[in-house]
Amino acid sequence: MKPPKPATSPEMTWPQRFLIAAVLAWFGLLILGPAVALVRRAMEPGIGRFFAKLAEPDAIESLWLTAKITAAVTVCNTIFGIGMAIVLVRQRFWGRRLMDGVLDLPFAVSPVIAGLMLIILYGPRSTIGSRLSDMGLPIVYHLPGMILAGLFVTLPLVVRSVAPILEEVGSDQEEVASTLGADWWTTFRKITLPTIRWGIAYGSALVVARSLGEFGALLVVSGNIIGRTQTATLYVHDQVESFEPHGAYVMSTVLAGLSFGMLIALEAVRNRTHRQEYGAEESQDPSVERKTIRPTRRH
Amino acid sequence: MDIVVRNLSKRYGNFQAIDDVSFSIPGGQLVALLGPSGSGKSTILRAIAGLETPDSGSIELVGEDATNLPTQRRGIGFVFQHFALFRHMTVRQNVAFGLEIQKLPKTEIKERVDELLDLVQLTAFAERFPLQLSGGQRQRVALARALAPKPRVLLLDEPFGALDSKVREELRLWLRRLHDESHVTSLFVTHDQQEAFEVCDQVVVLNKGKIEQAGPPQELYENPASPFVTEFLGQVNILRPETILGMDLDDEKPLPVPIPGSNSGTIYVRPHDLEICRTRGDLPGWPALIRRLTPLGWLARVELTLPDGTSVHVQITQATSRELGLESGQEVYVRPRDLKFFDHTTEESGVVNYVI
Repeated sequence: MKPPKPATSPEMTWPQRFLIAAVLAWFGLLILGPAVALVRRAMEPGIGRFFAKLAEPDAIESLWLTAKITAAVTVCNTIFGIGMAIVLVRQRFWGRRLMDGVLDLPFAVSPVIAGLMLIILYGPRSTIGSRLSDMGLPIVYHLPGMILAGLFVTLPLVVRSVAPILEEVGSDQEEVASTLGADWWTTFRKITLPTIRWGIAYGSALVVARSLGEFGALLVVSGNIIGRTQTATLYVHDQVESFEPHGAYVMSTVLAGLSFGMLIALEAVRNRTHRQEYGAEESQDPSVERKTIRPTRRH
Repeated sequence: MDIVVRNLSKRYGNFQAIDDVSFSIPGGQLVALLGPSGSGKSTILRAIAGLETPDSGSIELVGEDATNLPTQRRGIGFVFQHFALFRHMTVRQNVAFGLEIQKLPKTEIKERVDELLDLVQLTAFAERFPLQLSGGQRQRVALARALAPKPRVLLLDEPFGALDSKVREELRLWLRRLHDESHVTSLFVTHDQQEAFEVCDQVVVLNKGKIEQAGPPQELYENPASPFVTEFLGQVNILRPETILGMDLDDEKPLPVPIPGSNSGTIYVRPHDLEICRTRGDLPGWPALIRRLTPLGWLARVELTLPDGTSVHVQITQATSRELGLESGQEVYVRPRDLKFFDHTTEESGVVNYVI
C-alpha cells in the first residue's frame, strides 16, 4: 500500500519532484484541508464543550441508532457478500453475467432513489408494507427499513473486495484440500476463509464506513423522527438546519474519526500479518512482490 | 493394477478433451502421461482425482471402483503445477493438513511430519511460510503434503512446469529417487519428453484426447507406432518418398535400408541415424550440400540440403566432424542407418511398414 522508501533519493529528477508535490498539494487541498478545518471548528469552544455536546440525549440516541444499523448491515452484508462472491466466481449458471452487472446498481443509483424504491415497495400504502405493519413489523419509518436501506447501499462492497481475490487465487488450494480428505465445510473454514480474510476485512470496513456516513437513503426511509429514527448523519443535518453548527461539527468529527481510525487499524494489522507471511526480508527480494496473490517464481 | 481407467470420455462443448481412453498402471510404478497441451492429459489426471467428472467410463483405484467416489475418499495425493500451498500456513502446517483431517493424535502427526520434512530435506524450513521459499522448495513441500496421509496413488500435474530448468532437472532426479524409496504408484503428467523419459518406468503418449502408444520410454523411441509419436519423441527429419526415389543412385550399390515402394507416405529419419561421408566411395549415399555446421559441445549439428531442396539435419559427434574436416558449402554424401516409413493409405492405427 505505502510507496517504497526511495522517495527522497538523491537521483530524483525535477519532473518527479514536481509530480510528488502536485500529488501532495491535491491531497492536502481535497482531504487534509477540509478535515483539519472540521476538527478545528469542533474543538474551538474547548474539549469540555465537545464532550458535553456529544453527551446530549439526542446525540447519544442518534449515535446509538447508527451503531445498531451499522452492526446489522455489516454482519448481514459480510455474510451474504462472501456467499455471493463465492457463487459469482466459482459457479457457472444462467444469469451469472447479469447478476454480476446488476450488482453494482447501488453504486450507480443515488441513495435517495434507493430509499424511494424501498418506500414504494414497503411503505404504509403498499400491499406488502401494510400487511407487514399489521403483523407488527413496520418497515418504513422504523429500524427495519433503515437497515434495509443500509443493506441496499452497501451490497457490492464485500463482494467486490472478495471476488477478485478468489478469482486470482484460483481453486487449486481448495482442490488440494479436498484431495487431502477435507470436506466442503472444512475447506471453507481452513482454506477459503483465511485466503480471503483481508478482502473480507477491507470490504466490511468499507461497509461500516459507508453505513456510518449514509444519509440520502436514510433521510427518505427514516422519516427523521428525533430520538427514534434520527441517525448520526441525520442529526448533523438537523443541527445545521436549526443553526446549531457546533453539534454538527462534533458529530461529524466523531463519525469521520471512527471511519478513519478503523481504516488505520486495518492497515496496521494487515501489514503485520503480511510481514509474517512474506518474511521480514521482503524488501530485499524484488521477486516477491507485496500483496501478490499468485505464488511468484524465484530464481 | 493400482489405477485402471476404462473407456474414459469427457467433452467440453465442442471440444473432445478425452476420447475413449483406457489404460492401467501396475502397483509401484511411476508412469508418465505425455502429450502436447490440449491432448487431454491433465483432464485424465483430474478425472482420476475426482476433480473432474467424466461423461462416461470408469476409474478403478487399487481394486476399488472409484468412478462415483468423491475426491475426499479416493485416497490420492495430488501435486499441482503451481504448488497450491496454503499460504497462510507454515510448511509444517501445510504438511500436517491431511493428517489433521484424519484426526490422528498430535504426537503421531508430529512424527509423520518430521519424517516427511526429513524426506524432502526441508526440516530447517518447517516454520517458514510458503512465500518465503524458493520454487523448488515449494514444490517439495507440496510433495510432502501429498505424501503425508500415505495416499494409495500419487498424481502429479506438470509438477515441475513452473520451475526453471536447472531446478527442474534436480527435482526430476530427486523425484525418481523418492519414488524408488517410497514405491507409491504415481501418475505424472508432462509435456516434456525428456522429463518423461528421465523419470518414468512407462510412458503413455496422448494426442487429441486419445492414446497414441504406451510402453517403456526406450521402446517408444525405437519403435514409434505412429507419425505423431515419431515426431513428438525427439527430433526427426521428415522426407517425402520422391526425394529419395528421384535421387541419382548407383543401382548396384543399394542403401543399407529398404526404400519404400509407395509414394503416398512419409519417411522419418532421426538426425543421429544419418551418417556423413566426404566421398561416395564404395558405399551408396544421397548427395547433399552442407549449409551450416553448428558445434554444440561434444555434438555437432549439420544442416544439409538434398538435391531437390529438402533440408535435413544430422547429428554427429564433434570428433567425427573434425575427423571428416567438414565445412559449410561442402558436397558430401549422407546415408541413413535407420528410417521409418508410415504409409498414409494404411495409416489408420499407425501401421509401421518399415522398422529397421
